[in-house]
Amino acid sequence: MRENLHRFFRAARGAGVRLSPAESIDAMRAVSKVGFADRTILRDTFLLTLAKTQDEKKALGDCFDLFFDQPEPQSPPEDGKADEQDSSGSNAASDSPGDSSGDEQADGLGQLAQMLLAQDRNQISAAIANAASAASLSDIRYFTQRGIFSGRILDQMGIQRLRDDLDNLAATNPALAERLTNALDGLRGTVRDTVSQALMLYGREEAENLRNEILRNAPLSRIEPRQVEQMRRLIRQIARRLRERYSKPRKRQRRGHLDVRRTIRRNAAWGGVPFLTAWKRRHRDKPKIVALCDVSGSVARVSDFFLLLIHSLHEVVDDVRSFAFSGHLIEVSDILESKSPEEAMAEIMSKAGFGSSDYGNSFSDFEHGWMSAITPQTTVVVLGDARSNNLDPRADILRRIAERSKRVVWLNPEGRMAWGWGDSEMPRYSTFCTVVRQCATAKQLERAVSDIVASYQ
Amino acid sequence: MAENRPSASIEAVESGLAAQGYIASRQIATAVYLAQQIEKPILVEGPAGVGKTELAKAIAAWRGMKMIRLQCYEGLDEAKALYEWKYAKQLLYTQILKDKLGEVLGGAPTLEAALNQLHDFGDVFFSKEFVEPRPLLQALEQPAGCVLLIDEIDKSDAEFESLLLEILSDFQVTIPELGTIVAVAPPTVILTSNSERDLGDALKRRCLHLHIGFPEQRLEERIVESRVPGISQNLRKQMVSFIHEVRTLDLKKLPSVSETIDWARVLVLLQAPELGHEVVKDTLNVLLKYEADIEATMPQVSTFIAKASRQNVFG
Repeated sequence: MRENLHRFFRAARGAGVRLSPAESIDAMRAVSKVGFADRTILRDTFLLTLAKTQDEKKALGDCFDLFFDQPEPQSPPEDGKADEQDSSGSNAASDSPGDSSGDEQADGLGQLAQMLLAQDRNQISAAIANAASAASLSDIRYFTQRGIFSGRILDQMGIQRLRDDLDNLAATNPALAERLTNALDGLRGTVRDTVSQALMLYGREEAENLRNEILRNAPLSRIEPRQVEQMRRLIRQIARRLRERYSKPRKRQRRGHLDVRRTIRRNAAWGGVPFLTAWKRRHRDKPKIVALCDVSGSVARVSDFFLLLIHSLHEVVDDVRSFAFSGHLIEVSDILESKSPEEAMAEIMSKAGFGSSDYGNSFSDFEHGWMSAITPQTTVVVLGDARSNNLDPRADILRRIAERSKRVVWLNPEGRMAWGWGDSEMPRYSTFCTVVRQCATAKQLERAVSDIVASYQ
Repeated sequence: MAENRPSASIEAVESGLAAQGYIASRQIATAVYLAQQIEKPILVEGPAGVGKTELAKAIAAWRGMKMIRLQCYEGLDEAKALYEWKYAKQLLYTQILKDKLGEVLGGAPTLEAALNQLHDFGDVFFSKEFVEPRPLLQALEQPAGCVLLIDEIDKSDAEFESLLLEILSDFQVTIPELGTIVAVAPPTVILTSNSERDLGDALKRRCLHLHIGFPEQRLEERIVESRVPGISQNLRKQMVSFIHEVRTLDLKKLPSVSETIDWARVLVLLQAPELGHEVVKDTLNVLLKYEADIEATMPQVSTFIAKASRQNVFG
């Protein structure tokens, strides 16, 4: 039974429940107290000891039902079984003598063939379970492995012998051979179901990881519309990770520098005798970010995800002002705060997304309207390909922005190779930027935002 | 037979809590049973007013143990939760014992000798006499064990969580001057949280995690029955199913069990024979705590009452 518990823990991890060894030990201890007799109590016990959030509880509950459903194959084989029974019933009705003769012949057959002909469901499912554990089915990770594992299980069950039997029977007793073939098809179906179920139990996490890994490294500007939703989910995950990392307290005590005023005040109750000491604190600035995002053409999608990321970092950066531009520049902070990502992006595109990009004009819009938003604590992030269609780049404005701000970070979705080619003004702008980096994939985006926030720690 | 015992003892927990007027669902009872068996704290999450704090009180009353409560808030620190030195007492004692100290040290010819003599007396002023135990330390010192309720842990700072870890996993605290103090009898620890912020994984790992949601209709009727005995069965069924209807609405704050009980009390006080349109409209403010919520519910009242009484006829 312990083996089963371990398999269940593995399945639970597959279902996305984070289990540490300590938690599995707790679960084992708890299970040893409550026993296996009552399944609802067992389920509650696992939910209490293993799952630590509402979502995890739900996932684990589903996983539990799926897992402990396994030993007794119920619904899917039921139909097949019913069919078999029907056919065998009709067989028996039409030629019962033939049937008995089949039984006589069955003596010469292999174990598997006998089992199939006897139609002993419990025996068959037990055999499948044994073969599955012999083929270490719980190691299944990817859907591509389904064929291999089905094959292995069938091999374990002795399908080779069954094939030999079939070949022999085809000549001697065609009716029995046909029955056996039908039964074999049923068996294949059942095994396939078992493997699919195992994949669902054990492979989910791996499949998810693989998909996310591919997505993380895919160019944001070129992902397909159907992947956008997945990408948003991934961006939210990234946001959560960054939040966890950076939402630490901003004040840190500096041991060794006494804050005299606060110490005296705090100890007033004891006549100024300093029992409690207060130390000077070092304040860390909260990140202040002004983001200027190009929303024209291919850069739009990257801007979309960048804005989504930066606006889901409330706990870490609550002071964000976002601007969108292509031909001219508008402030979009309110739109992003008040609407869902899809609606917000649609509205931004309708307001600023038309026309070819004009960096010079947009920068001068910014200088006239919002230059005061930049303080010495502000990081200015410009996201764009710096392709200004041969218009005046107005790098002088960027210089003034750089002088007022803490840092200027330029994120360019294009590869380094393309900078400075054609109408790209990147070299001219980059002289005034603290950092210029390529930002085309979710991975690069995460690293860029992480660096921006880390500079305030 | 041995395997049947746990479910029997879980039922014992259920009936024990019920005797204190706390109607526990099977999951709650299992959690309480397990917490006792494997000596782990329970972290209870759920919306406000579903009886998280009440659970701790019921356990304490059922087992006849003392309940020590630590209400968490922003800025709660070691000195208020764990222990504090009695500075004033230390100061007073040094003043009173000044002469005595003079006598003791009088014989010493040099400063160094005096210091050595002083060392021989040990750290008198940093002994247990001068420690003011706060709730967490108090809980460890109860000889008969106790129920320690750490209420609304999500309101405290993240650092405070780390402070709790030692207590939660080993039932001990370390005071630098005194050493490690281990619990005389491991207390039953209940932590509650309204999920205002995510708690750290380290804390969650050390606890059994119990989520109490809104109870099912049948269970809620039993809760009302035990808390407000004066209410007629008919009215009880109607009001509970009415509340279940209200919970399907999209409201700012859904009415929870405590509101149900309050409302039941109000209805008994007003001697309402059954759930009438007028009574509901007059007392809706007991159930809903926001003006906007009341406005949103008002137009639905008649439908809900009709549904509630219909259900009553068939159920």
